[in-house]
Amino acid sequence: MQPLILSAFTLINCLGRGLDATLAALREQRSGLRHCDFPDAELDTYIGRVEGIENEPISGRLSDYDCRNNRLARIGLEQDGFARAVENARRRYGPDRIAVILGTSTSGILETESAYRRRDPETGALPPDFRYRQTQNTFSVGDFTRRYLGLRGPASVVSTACSSSAKVFAGAARMIEAGLCDAAVVGGVDSLCFTTLYGFTALELVSSTACRPADADRNGISIGEAAGFALLEKPACGDGDIALLGYGESTDAYHMSSPHPDGLGAGEAMHKALQRAGVDPRAIDYVNLHGTATKANDAAEDKAVSAIFSAAVPCSSIKGWTGHTLGAAGIVNVIVSCLSIGESFVPRSLNTERIDPEMASWIVTQELRRPVRTVLSNAFGFGGNNASLVLGKRS
Amino acid sequence: MIRVFVEGVGIIGPGLPSWNESRHILAGRQVYAGGELPRLSASRLPAAERRRSTSVTRLAIDVAEQALPPQVRADEVATVFTSSGGEVEIIHKIFEELSTAERLISPTQFHNSVHNAASGYWSIATGSRQPSTSLSCFDDSFAIGLLETASQASVERTGVLLVAYDFPPLQPILRARPLPAPFAVSLLLAPAPSGHGFGELTINFAGADTGDASRMADAGLETLRSGNPAARSLPLLAALARSEAAELVCPCGEYGRVHIGLTPCG
Repeated sequence: MQPLILSAFTLINCLGRGLDATLAALREQRSGLRHCDFPDAELDTYIGRVEGIENEPISGRLSDYDCRNNRLARIGLEQDGFARAVENARRRYGPDRIAVILGTSTSGILETESAYRRRDPETGALPPDFRYRQTQNTFSVGDFTRRYLGLRGPASVVSTACSSSAKVFAGAARMIEAGLCDAAVVGGVDSLCFTTLYGFTALELVSSTACRPADADRNGISIGEAAGFALLEKPACGDGDIALLGYGESTDAYHMSSPHPDGLGAGEAMHKALQRAGVDPRAIDYVNLHGTATKANDAAEDKAVSAIFSAAVPCSSIKGWTGHTLGAAGIVNVIVSCLSIGESFVPRSLNTERIDPEMASWIVTQELRRPVRTVLSNAFGFGGNNASLVLGKRS
Repeated sequence: MIRVFVEGVGIIGPGLPSWNESRHILAGRQVYAGGELPRLSASRLPAAERRRSTSVTRLAIDVAEQALPPQVRADEVATVFTSSGGEVEIIHKIFEELSTAERLISPTQFHNSVHNAASGYWSIATGSRQPSTSLSCFDDSFAIGLLETASQASVERTGVLLVAYDFPPLQPILRARPLPAPFAVSLLLAPAPSGHGFGELTINFAGADTGDASRMADAGLETLRSGNPAARSLPLLAALARSEAAELVCPCGEYGRVHIGLTPCG
């Protein structure tokens, strides 16, 4: 495929606001996870909560879109000069020629959860201030973002659970290739809510400690929240050192909430991404794992990764730093992959004390300082939905 | 502009049980009298999954099945599922449970609540490991799904099955999101004609000032079209049923229009 330049990108998560905050935490070996202090949630688990969202409502012309998820999106768009970079692109291409494709799993449903607790005792009606379209609807964050950025190209939201914001890169690449747009704002936003906190608890997939990817005693995920964005442009038009080189998508055809035990779908997504990028597995310098820290997910991914790379390529999951940010997990991995390439290091798998002896791939437990030119970045979700991306230095 | 070929079509709506049983109504040769939704069997799903699946998922599975011609295997085509509200019934149940003191969500309910539940069940039902995406674009879910499906078919040179579906939410959400009737449509698009298909589509995205939305002449069908995001496909389905060349406009946000040109086969 024709590589696409990431001419601007940004990230906000529990490690802080903007690229520097995530980079500093990764370099200082500082996790963003803490014991659950999400208001009114009484759960013995760790979460990756973003500070301050509660105090920063969306005001002005887009105030109808005010909800935790869109607040997180707005704060994210204002980091690292991202909104300014899009404004420049808008002048160059025209607002009709830039697509917005974002991933989310839960959108603004925290608002509906709250509205259900405030139902009229007589009629069961939701309170009159409930705004379905601007908060709960899965498209809400895409609608908000295109309006916030003043873009009028095709806008959509991908919601394939935890692969959502990796798949947006594939969709954007196709739209650009097909000529429907010249550039695309892609990314993902997912925020904490009761549905996921209590839902993953019901599935017994939540750890009572900070999650421990690839650890022999790992016992589940820590749920986090994040927003990340990237501006994708054709190489002839975009400035930037890092490019999307390939993408691969697949499904498991196995189970709604458990991965294929041999990682068949995951392996297929990785193969396709490498193939589309025209990159030999030996040229990959780092595999940024999905690595959620559940027994089944880590084991399946390890089988797929080690079948391609044996133990020759350093691998790590960053979930021990950020938590599992669900619909935003794909973009979090992409941006961390960009930091890895830009700063020449492989982040370690935090909280991994004793690597599961059944893991056959090379799990990095100490940060590696070395040139990183090409990264494979994974994101797998419920429904057996898989996406892998190859990112690399612009050649 | 994208060029793709329609190789299969499916429809399920009130009084519109399948493509074959609905084409005369869509073509305007028979009066649309409304009616019930057909029984959703999802017979393709293994029994255990069928029991767990929601009516929203069964609607999507049944309509997807219709668009696969006998010579095309389900595990040969990628899929694009698109829906404004997704699993509206399960989401309502979860909200109700979360508003109790116990907050006990059933694990099955939780994994069935994801927007891509229908896509996951389709993959299990067909054994297909082909790429599958699940989109939401509020009222423009069909238009944006068509753009994704057509661009995937043309760029990846593969068959792609589009499945657009929406079920009315339950109360109390229905009042905040009026969506009167269920509807689903499926289109199998291919990069080259097989010789057994319906015709060629040209698809483009343009600004909002480039034309008004195509509508249905029949009042009942027009009510259906404007009341369900998936039913925004009806003008295209009508043109396919008539086998007539058509230039159609499908709104895509307040800002954009998807222009669809149809050149029927033969």
